[in-house]
Amino acid sequence: MHNAADLVFKTLADPTRRSIYERLARHGEQNVRLLTDFAGVSQPAVSKHLAALKLAGLVRDRHEGRETHYSAEPKGLAPLIDWMSHYEAFWRDRFDRLETLLNRMDQ
Amino acid sequence: MTKPEAAPDTLVIERAIPHSPEKIWRALTQAPLIEEWLMRNDFAPVVGHRFNFRTEPMAHWNGVVDCEVLTVEPNRRLSYAWNTSGAHAEAVLKTVVTFTLVPTSGGTLLRMEQSGFRSQDVGNYRGASYGWQKFLVGLERVVERLA
Repeated sequence: MHNAADLVFKTLADPTRRSIYERLARHGEQNVRLLTDFAGVSQPAVSKHLAALKLAGLVRDRHEGRETHYSAEPKGLAPLIDWMSHYEAFWRDRFDRLETLLNRMDQ
Repeated sequence: MTKPEAAPDTLVIERAIPHSPEKIWRALTQAPLIEEWLMRNDFAPVVGHRFNFRTEPMAHWNGVVDCEVLTVEPNRRLSYAWNTSGAHAEAVLKTVVTFTLVPTSGGTLLRMEQSGFRSQDVGNYRGASYGWQKFLVGLERVVERLA
């Protein structure tokens, strides 16, 4: 999981790419033209950023005629939260066991 | 007193427990009792003491937690470093676990905080002019709604 997290962080380290991803996450599906207007860089540059985001599992694309629409992949940030959710389940379970133990212990 | 917001790299578990802080403290600090609810260990309530938790090895983790006692305030606060390592990079974790015991009318409010889940990653890739943690927290909320 750590490697997947590394890839996500490296991919989002570029400010332009991060702003494109954030735009998709907040505003839903967009095509390359809309994203180019928003990002203020050339269309080939935007396409490159989108390819990197797709490789990292952060966006998905949908083809409609000659147009490609991009949207944020909901599971894309999952590698970053994996250890925390693992430990959350772990501690809740251990707290149950702690309570059982306390009920058995003398005052 | 205002309760500090948990940082995005911190896991917080809170539970109201109908037992006294003194009793819970024993369960948190006596090795045989710790083993009964947490893991096999050689803990001692002494700041600077290095110890291990051990459990069954798993696919990506050798089952060993390397710890060092950081804070011992009897019946109130206990913290230790909680580090894991292994052959796989994803098993490497450098965190701090802190237990806080607050007496209540019905017993104790026990709070466990485990911090440092992302600090290394966040530090390594921190954008020059952008609050990484704020970015991630905001986005995680947005993305959760999409899922």
